[in-house]
Amino acid sequence: MTTRPETPQSRDVMLHPELLAQDDRDAIVRGGRRLDHAGGTSKALRAEPEKQPRGARVHGSRPIDQVEAAARFIAAPEHEKMHDERLWDLRQKRDREMHGMAEWEELRALASSIKEHTLVHLDEYLKQFEANARANGVHVHWAKDATEHNHIVHRILDDHGVKSLIKSKSMLTEECGFRPYMAGVGINVIETDLGERIQQLDNEDPSHVVVPAVHKLRTDVAQVFARTIGTDPDNDDVHYLAEAQRESNRPLILEADAGMTGCNFAVAETGSVVVCTNEGNADLSANVPKLHIASAGIEKIIPRLEHLTVFVRMLSRSALGSPMTQYTSHFRGPRQGGEMHIVLVDNGRSARLGMSEFWTSLKCIRCGACMNTCPVYRRSGGLSYGATYSGPIGLIIDPTYDARKYSNLPFSSTLNGSCTNVCPVKINIHEQIYAWRRELVKRHDVPFAKKAAMKAAGELLSRPALYRAAIAATDVALAHLPRFVIYNGLNAWGKHREVPEPPRQTFHSWYQTNRGAKR
Amino acid sequence: MSSRTDILSLIRENRPQVERPLPDVQLFDGNAPASLLSAFKECLQRMGGVFLEPPGSGSPLAPVREKIAGAKVVCSTVPEIVGNRDIDRITAPQQLADVDFAIVRAAFAVAETGSVLLSDAQLHVNALAYLAQHLIVLLDPADIVVNIHHAYRRPEFRQAHYACFHTGPSATADIEGVLIHGAQGVRSLSVLPIARVGKRSAH
Repeated sequence: MTTRPETPQSRDVMLHPELLAQDDRDAIVRGGRRLDHAGGTSKALRAEPEKQPRGARVHGSRPIDQVEAAARFIAAPEHEKMHDERLWDLRQKRDREMHGMAEWEELRALASSIKEHTLVHLDEYLKQFEANARANGVHVHWAKDATEHNHIVHRILDDHGVKSLIKSKSMLTEECGFRPYMAGVGINVIETDLGERIQQLDNEDPSHVVVPAVHKLRTDVAQVFARTIGTDPDNDDVHYLAEAQRESNRPLILEADAGMTGCNFAVAETGSVVVCTNEGNADLSANVPKLHIASAGIEKIIPRLEHLTVFVRMLSRSALGSPMTQYTSHFRGPRQGGEMHIVLVDNGRSARLGMSEFWTSLKCIRCGACMNTCPVYRRSGGLSYGATYSGPIGLIIDPTYDARKYSNLPFSSTLNGSCTNVCPVKINIHEQIYAWRRELVKRHDVPFAKKAAMKAAGELLSRPALYRAAIAATDVALAHLPRFVIYNGLNAWGKHREVPEPPRQTFHSWYQTNRGAKR
Repeated sequence: MSSRTDILSLIRENRPQVERPLPDVQLFDGNAPASLLSAFKECLQRMGGVFLEPPGSGSPLAPVREKIAGAKVVCSTVPEIVGNRDIDRITAPQQLADVDFAIVRAAFAVAETGSVLLSDAQLHVNALAYLAQHLIVLLDPADIVVNIHHAYRRPEFRQAHYACFHTGPSATADIEGVLIHGAQGVRSLSVLPIARVGKRSAH
């Protein structure tokens, strides 16, 4: 049978219908149903080959020019369309899951309350977690910052004579610059998640917290693998590429001296570390070598198993629109003959706890739902942010690490609020983005053009009569001004975008004419 | 211990001075499906797992025997099936690298998500469920709980050093969203409903 199976989501809207593939030969179909768990698309998508645009140019602590990098991503339309469509598909699948659960909003409220409670009592829960993990035979370490984290792990590895380490994906280790550090001390680190491995082999950071290579096309991956693991450069069949990566990693997994994982949730009551993956690579990393090290941000603590339920039910549904990750692994203690370490890492989190407008960003469970829904992120690619965390959540977390370097990021948002609406732990992301703009202006960390525009806008918006006059004048001006005045370098919005046709009349004057007289 | 002290005192210094009571979480089991086994089967299949239909007559293990018929290396931790790789003689996980089929019994399953829970007690060597090419899980239909809230009331999460929900096989969609089974771990996960040994089947 070659007929395409019916997709259940006929109400889904495609952003780029031209990407719909004529054949569905890549799909796994069971009982007439096209499977779309684990982040699989709900429909067959195909883009034309095109050179991959690269991410933001990073120069020390100089402000990242996200707009410049985004412009290069947009200038690669096949990449941009595929990225946009795939993430939108994840967003729609997330909606499908949400509509299938009557208690969804109740769970979001619970998740938010549990996280806020835990953060307000974080010291107590950390101590409880530590005591229980120790009682289970786990070694617990505390790291103030990225450097201390890397030193602690290095020391553990040295103590065991480790030369090669397999690890599963962890945003915390990205934050700590862990791989570059280990390369410097001669320890071979091998990523075991397919997407993360692609990024490692291509010397690129992950562009998304859940799908690290989402900005790449199959043709890009074929080139990376041909160069690094010896695949056929002319074969970009996705099943072939994934199989080649599996086969090339397997011996490295079997020979590794130690394994490392991140931590999605740390349960204080049991001292367990919970890790969620689709590939089972955390379980390989932790269960094949004798030594397992888990790195955990201090904000990952959850009081009890009863509370863990809420997050396990929402994480993958929010992230990928899949009811559950393929593997949800609970590491409570070392296995027989093995050794387990947990490194609890602060790296700016305790300081963020004291920022009255921004502390709730610590509720984040790194699901990426805000990224999938964000029109700016979807069209500019995660690497354009030049930071560990991209998309809406990145805009509010990154400046806490370096307010100058990431001073442009809070402006890469339309403030449409969609991020806030999909956040499973109810972080008011768009409000915090706006608060960061104010904060950065206060700290003089904002470039002149933006500051001047914000100041002018602020004055205008605070005076209704002046605002109305300005809008009416702008509409007249837009209709008559020459292009170079509207589309100049100071107006980032004018790049790659046509300004909409100005209305003949403002809403206010229409209302005065048509309805205002009735009062 | 000084970093520990520093981090904890910074937290105490900075923590927001607000009241945030810890909520209790209810079980959300008001709309339980009529048949937990059918609900489990539906979700398992959606997640890429294979449900082995118990045969109407003959050996209830026939679907498993059929699956492993052509396999070179079979490692079983269940008394129902004898493999040719003795799990009790494994001294290092790497010795399981060539296993074609692993056969284990689930501690329990979850209808809501189609998950089976495997802990160190069922696996003997944890890596078995990841290094094998294929995984077959025996599941007593009496061991299915309705949802994740009920699942976390089970004793395994307080007793086992390692416990993992398997929800379908190892999978990825990291390249263009194309779904792949057998990313790094097992290429397939099959579940056969069959009562535990020494226990008469309920039907």
